[in-house]
Amino acid sequence: MSDAANPAARSLVLDTPEHVPVGFVLADLGNRLAALVVDLLIVGLGLAVLVLAGLIFFEDDDPLTALFLLAAFLWRNFYFTAGEIYGRGRTPGKRWLRTRVVARDGGPLSAEQVFARNLTRDLEIFLPLTVLLAPKELVPGAPWWVGVAAVVWVLALALLPFFNQHRARLGDLLAGTIVVVEPVGELLPDLAAADAAARGPAFSREQLDVYGIRELHVLEKVLRRAPSLDKSALLRTICEKVRAKIGWKPPVENAETFLQAFYAAQRGRLEHKMLFGKRQERKVR
Amino acid sequence: MAGFTLRSIEFRREREASWRELEELLDRVSGQGLGALAAGELHRLPTLYRAALSSLSVARSISLDASLIGYLESLAARAYLAVYGVRRDYFDTVVRFFTHTFPSRVWALRREVALALAVLALGTVCGFALTARNPDVFYSLVPAGLAAGRGPSSSRQELAEVLVSGGDELSLMASFLFGHNAKIGMTCFGLGFAAGVPVALVLFINGLILGAFAAVHWQHGLGLEFWAWVLPHGVTELLAVGLCGGAGLSLGRAFVFPGRYARLTNLARQGREAAQVVLGAVALFFLAALIEGYFRQLVTATAPRLAVVAATAAFWLWYFVALGRRRG
Repeated sequence: MSDAANPAARSLVLDTPEHVPVGFVLADLGNRLAALVVDLLIVGLGLAVLVLAGLIFFEDDDPLTALFLLAAFLWRNFYFTAGEIYGRGRTPGKRWLRTRVVARDGGPLSAEQVFARNLTRDLEIFLPLTVLLAPKELVPGAPWWVGVAAVVWVLALALLPFFNQHRARLGDLLAGTIVVVEPVGELLPDLAAADAAARGPAFSREQLDVYGIRELHVLEKVLRRAPSLDKSALLRTICEKVRAKIGWKPPVENAETFLQAFYAAQRGRLEHKMLFGKRQERKVR
Repeated sequence: MAGFTLRSIEFRREREASWRELEELLDRVSGQGLGALAAGELHRLPTLYRAALSSLSVARSISLDASLIGYLESLAARAYLAVYGVRRDYFDTVVRFFTHTFPSRVWALRREVALALAVLALGTVCGFALTARNPDVFYSLVPAGLAAGRGPSSSRQELAEVLVSGGDELSLMASFLFGHNAKIGMTCFGLGFAAGVPVALVLFINGLILGAFAAVHWQHGLGLEFWAWVLPHGVTELLAVGLCGGAGLSLGRAFVFPGRYARLTNLARQGREAAQVVLGAVALFFLAALIEGYFRQLVTATAPRLAVVAATAAFWLWYFVALGRRRG
C-alpha cells in the first residue's frame, strides 16, 4: 500500500523461507535518525537516573558502587541489543517511529545479527560527534594530515547510509540486516464487485482491448479517492478521454458510474487475458 | 462482459475470512507479543501465514486489483515478521553459546587470532628493545595518563610499591577496567572492516606500551614481579584483545578477499561469526577485570600470582582447543 502511495519510497523484496517474495519499504533516514534520537534520550535518562541513585544511596567507597558502574556500562552498551532482541527487531524508539530491523536474506533475525549491528554504533555515532565538536581530541598530538585523514574516514563511515542502495549503516552491512517500515495495510472493498459495476453497460471486446494494466491501476487509484470536487472534475475529464478513445457513442449521465462499470469490465478482460498468459501492460495506441 | 463474477472476486470471497483472522491475530501480537495468543491460536499462526503467502502468489497471477495485492503484501510481511521474529530461547542460547558456539568460532578464527597475538607480541618486543636501549623512549611510547608518574626516572622503591599495593576501591576499579577494556575490544572489531589495517595498528601500539613498561621494570630488577603483576589478568585480557583483533582482521580479510561470494554478502557472513567472538571476548574482559580488580589487589606475593597465570593459561588453552575442535 505505502508503495503505491509513495512511488519515491525505495522498496526491497525479501525471499521468505517459503520462497514467496514479499516486499518491504525501506525506512527513510529521517525516521531512523528520529528513532535514534528517541533511543539516545532514553539511554541518557537511564544513565542519569543510575548516577543519581548511586549518589543518593551510596557513599563514595561503598563496594556496591561498582554495581552501579557495571549497570551503567551494560545499560549504555547493550540497550540497543537488548531492545532489538526483546522488541523483535524494534527498540522503543523504532517502535514509536514504526520502523523495524529485518534480516536481509529473508531468514529469521538472529540474536548474533542484532549484536553485530549494534557493536559498531559507537564508531558511527559518538566518534563522528567527537570529530565535529572537538577534532583535536581524536588523535592528540598527531600531525595535521593524520587529523584530516581521520576526520574524512570517520565522516565517510557516519554518512555511509546516504550512499548505498539499502540505506545500510556499517553495522547493517556487517550483520546483514536492513531497517524497514512496519508494514500496514487495509483491505478495501473490491471496486469490481460494486453494484454500479455489475449493472453497468456492456462493452465490446474491441473496446476493452484498448487499455492495459497500467491505465487500469491509475483508474483504480482515482476511483478510490475520497469524494471531492476535484475528484468529480477529474472523473469527467477521464470519462471524456475514455469515450473518445474506445469510441463510446451513447451519452453518459454519471461519469463515476460509467467509469466503475468500465473498470470492472476492463479488469475482467485483462484478467482473462492474463489467465491465458498474456499480460497487457500498456495501452495499444 | 457483465453478468458473471470475476475469478479474482470469487478468489477474494473464498479467502477473505482467513485473512481477517490472521489480521486479528497480528494486531494482538504487535501490541503484546506472541504471549498474547492462546495455545490454539499460536498453532494457527504459521498455517494462516502460509495461507496468506499462497494467497499473495495466487493474487499476483490472477488479480489486477492493486489494492488487494498491496493488502496481501503487507499482511504477508506482517505475518512473516511475527513468525520469523528474533529467535528467543535465552537460557539455552547462552549455555550453548559458551559450551559450543564461542569456542568453535574462535577455533575457526585461530589463524587470525594467532596473527593478532603475534602483532601484539611484536609490538611488545619492539617496545621492550627500544626502551631497554634508550630509556627516554618510554615517554614517547606511553601516554602520560597511563604511566601515572612511573617511568625510567622512578626509583626501584616507587615501582615496587605500585606492584604490591592493594587499592582501597577494589570493585570500583574492576568495573571501570572492564568497561574500559571491553570498549577497546569492541572498537577493535568495529575497525576491522577497513581491511584490518587499523586493528593491526591498535594491537601494535598496545604492545609497544606493554613492552616499554616491562623494560623499565626489568632495568630496575623487577622483571619477574612485573609480569606477575600484569599477567594474572593479562593472560585473559590480552587473549580477549587478540580475539577482538582476530575478529577484526577476519572482517578485513572477508572484505579484501571475498572468495566466491559478493563482497558485501561475505562481509555480512563473516560479520555475524566475528561478532560472536567479540561477544565472548566481552565475557573474557569481564573475568579479567574481576581478577585485576580483586585478586591482584588482595594477593601481593609473586608466587601465587604466577600460579594464577599458569592456571588461566592452561584453562583457556583447554577451553578453546579442546572444546573448539570438538565441533570441527
